[in-house]
Amino acid sequence: MSTFLQQLINGISLGAIYSLIALGYTMVYGVLKLINFAHGDVYMVGAFMGYYLANGIGVRGAQAIGLGADGLVARGLLGGGVLEPSLITALVVMLLAMAICAALGVIIERLAYRPVRKYSRLTALITAIGVSLLLENGGQVVFGAEPKFFPELFKKRNIEIVGGASINSADIIVLVIALALMIALQLIVYRTKTGRAMRAVSFNLQSAKLMGINTDFIISFTFALGSALAAAAGVLVAIRIPRIDPLMGILVGLKAFVAAVLGGIGNIPGAMLGGLLIGITETMVVGYGNPIYRDAVAFVILILILLFRPSGLLGAVAQEKV
Amino acid sequence: MSRYLRNLIIALVVIAVLYGLNFVFAGRMISPYFTRILLLSGISITLAVSLNLINGFTGQFSIGHAGFMAVGAYSSAYFSVTYGARLAVALGDGTLGWFVALTLATLVGAAFAAFAGLLVGVPSLRLKGDYLAIVTLGFGQIIVVFLNTIEVVGGARGYSGIPIVKSFFWVFLVAILTIVGVYNIVNSAFGRALISIREDELAAEAMGINTTRYKVMAFVISSGMAGAGGVLLAHFDGYLNPKSFEFIKSFEILIMIILGGLGSIVGSVLGAILLTVLPEALRGFAEYRMVIYSVLLIILMITRPQGLLGKTGSFKGWRRNRTKSRTEAEEITAEDTRDNPSVEKATLGERQSDTSLGEEKPQ
Repeated sequence: MSTFLQQLINGISLGAIYSLIALGYTMVYGVLKLINFAHGDVYMVGAFMGYYLANGIGVRGAQAIGLGADGLVARGLLGGGVLEPSLITALVVMLLAMAICAALGVIIERLAYRPVRKYSRLTALITAIGVSLLLENGGQVVFGAEPKFFPELFKKRNIEIVGGASINSADIIVLVIALALMIALQLIVYRTKTGRAMRAVSFNLQSAKLMGINTDFIISFTFALGSALAAAAGVLVAIRIPRIDPLMGILVGLKAFVAAVLGGIGNIPGAMLGGLLIGITETMVVGYGNPIYRDAVAFVILILILLFRPSGLLGAVAQEKV
Repeated sequence: MSRYLRNLIIALVVIAVLYGLNFVFAGRMISPYFTRILLLSGISITLAVSLNLINGFTGQFSIGHAGFMAVGAYSSAYFSVTYGARLAVALGDGTLGWFVALTLATLVGAAFAAFAGLLVGVPSLRLKGDYLAIVTLGFGQIIVVFLNTIEVVGGARGYSGIPIVKSFFWVFLVAILTIVGVYNIVNSAFGRALISIREDELAAEAMGINTTRYKVMAFVISSGMAGAGGVLLAHFDGYLNPKSFEFIKSFEILIMIILGGLGSIVGSVLGAILLTVLPEALRGFAEYRMVIYSVLLIILMITRPQGLLGKTGSFKGWRRNRTKSRTEAEEITAEDTRDNPSVEKATLGERQSDTSLGEEKPQ
């Protein structure tokens, strides 16, 4: 029982991260009908930004990890001194990484996706694959191909709970931050004017334009929002498992996409639910089955869902019109 | 009868030329480095042309090609190691013996890959567009995961000890057979059915084409040919690793056919050669090679989305909703005139439903 509880907690924590990434996929698909293959790599960039920022502001423990060896950041670039690891530092690092990746998302949309918007959707999809390859390989050149170890942003400890299971404080923080971000997203999408414009664009782009909505801005905004969430996921993942490398976004990105499809693509609550389900299933398979099937689980789920309920768990069933 | 006679003569001439060239390459009259690149180009051509059948001509966007290649490579390698080598020795260990053994290995590889294509194609070809793409990607990845678990073929350590056959004759015979096969398919009634599916699936169905059946057939043939390409690769280095069949490989083949132009056989051949030679030419910038590739791909998509030799105006099913385009006029000029009726249709209140979220959902 305690093992099950433990696996469940791990699964929820992992699932929350998938959910954050899946939200970006689902929102971009909502407005552009594009599978943004590069989204998983934006998540990777987010993790690396977190790494450089943590080193840059001089979190203690960071300098022990071969800082300066990259030659990219000087020690104590911003703070000058050595900061104690704390939750505040973690939050600052995460928010800055989110801001940088939001800008990255907007740049990608502006330079790569907007010029091909007038062509077929296949062209857009191939462009997305191109951007994804560029970020992965560019990442290997800029960040170095070998894995890096993320500094400890706050003290981790295990908290005993009922049934003999224990929760790592990192898992709790990951969960709380992810939840807070999802609530913030809900508020933006359903309570603000920009959010209403986003929903209008995803409902019908042409009509939204006729109603005076600046659709280009809304699309950019959607990319910014999605990329910021991906960056947050990147930093959170690095807090849980502090090993990051430039190719970390490929599989996680695909799994998050599966989560978005599972929940019903274009559907925001669906992405959250899908992420949790994928995370829990994956942890259970690793815990009770064979870890080698870890990467096959998501795809098996994807294939089953597409065969039996292609619109996803929460998606509306659509009819094809001639 | 004369047509068959002519084709037979052409086939014999081609075989004779290949066989002659084989001696040129086997006799090391040309540097081994050059020979290696040439042979790799031949393998790439097989893979690219076969992928073009399903992606370019049938219009079904599959990105799991490396998975079928892996099935072909592994099954034929297992065959060669356990039976093929013995068979060749039993037949005298000479050219004839190896010819028979390799032909059987190729058939085994192609058959297994085609069977895998059938298993994957039947459920996934019910889907369209992005969904099909992601499902084929998923299947490709699942195949790699399972290869990692099969200990008989080395699992994650890789499969070594496969008989090495670096034969110009064999590689290019398979490549030419693939090209001729795809060319003949495309120019047959079957091929016209495939192209009609690409152009407009609903209209094709209305014309009495069993679209699912045709799509699955094209997919199976394409997978089988990819399997043959895998067979070549397995016997090229004598070593296989599941890692080399991950989706990066699928993307590589995909980039070849996109560069050359979807729906163009000559384009695929050109793209395959270009993307095999280019890495060698860029060897000095090995680190930046893939960065340059990806930037080139993005620029190509922005400036010439149909590829180097592709035709404009195809891929109707993939065309962006006209409501998505910046202006109606831009869209109309961008496409050919036969699309005009649908403009009229769009004014009849069709648009509202056209862009609702679930519009591209598979049924």
